Amino acid sequence: MDPLVAAASVLAAALAVGLAAIGPGIGQGNASGQAVEGIARQPEAEGKIRGTLLLTLAFMESLTIYGLVISLVLLFANPFAG
Amino acid sequence: MLSDLNYLTFTHLASLEVGHHFYWQVGNLKLHGQVFLTSWFVIALLLVASFLATKNIQRIPSGMQNFMEYVLEFIQSLAKNQIGEKEYRPWVPFVGTLFLFIFVSNWSGALIPWKLIQLPEGELAAPTNDINTTVSLALLTSLAYFYAGFSKRGLGYFRKYIEPTPVLLPIAILEDFTKPLSLSFRLFGNILADELVVGVLVLLVPLFVPLPIMALGLFTSAIQALVFATLAAAYIHEAMEGHGGEEHHEEHG
Repeated sequence: MDPLVAAASVLAAALAVGLAAIGPGIGQGNASGQAVEGIARQPEAEGKIRGTLLLTLAFMESLTIYGLVISLVLLFANPFAG
Repeated sequence: MLSDLNYLTFTHLASLEVGHHFYWQVGNLKLHGQVFLTSWFVIALLLVASFLATKNIQRIPSGMQNFMEYVLEFIQSLAKNQIGEKEYRPWVPFVGTLFLFIFVSNWSGALIPWKLIQLPEGELAAPTNDINTTVSLALLTSLAYFYAGFSKRGLGYFRKYIEPTPVLLPIAILEDFTKPLSLSFRLFGNILADELVVGVLVLLVPLFVPLPIMALGLFTSAIQALVFATLAAAYIHEAMEGHGGEEHHEEHG
């Protein structure tokens, strides 16, 4: 493989997953904070809030996973390696 | 997708067992044998469980029957929450199949020591860590919601593309492609990431340290099965209802 392509791919893989983690990190923090606030205000709704929170956290996490998929493709199945 | 690309290039930057497969040659097709083996195992497990549960049905359930009734009620409530009281019934089998297959696949990948069984090439793992499995599940979901929309609203189903304003037509069409894409990538990425993290940690510290991550993996894979089934049900509901909530208004007013 061309060393330039290899170097660029590794760098891009790291950037893809690193940058993709920023947004969902902020979003998950916000959501969790709001959920804790909701539970503090209304402790009897804890079960419902927790269920919804877990589901939404999974959705946000999947955004990072998209970045991870891109970086995995770059590392293990690089289309530019040929 | 991933493996097709891989099979074209043959060069790897890292030497973890990603993209190595146990190929079966059927005609002109190359099949990923390890995925078939593990998914047959999962299917057999589910069949045996449901057979045991229904073999000797009692009025007062106990043991296996009790457990499977609990599972069924869980799936029914999932479908009812998303699709609604009136129309959820015919979709329980589909949503339930998705949930159970994904859930048992994910947990079998994490709980059963597949790596002890040596294959000539590649290794056994959860069937859902191959993108072909998740793409096929996601495409089935697409077919299901198209079918739901057509059978419920006929050609009026296409109105949803131009409903609020025709300007959004390209985005509405794009949505039909991004739905299966995001469904399949989410499941595939989560499961593969999980196994990679555990693999890397086992490589670094073989004892005790990976255990909490494995427990977290069990939790996330259960959540991913739930998310997949919930989203499938939500898409089916959306296809039957349309974007605007007119029917809702009529019901309430």
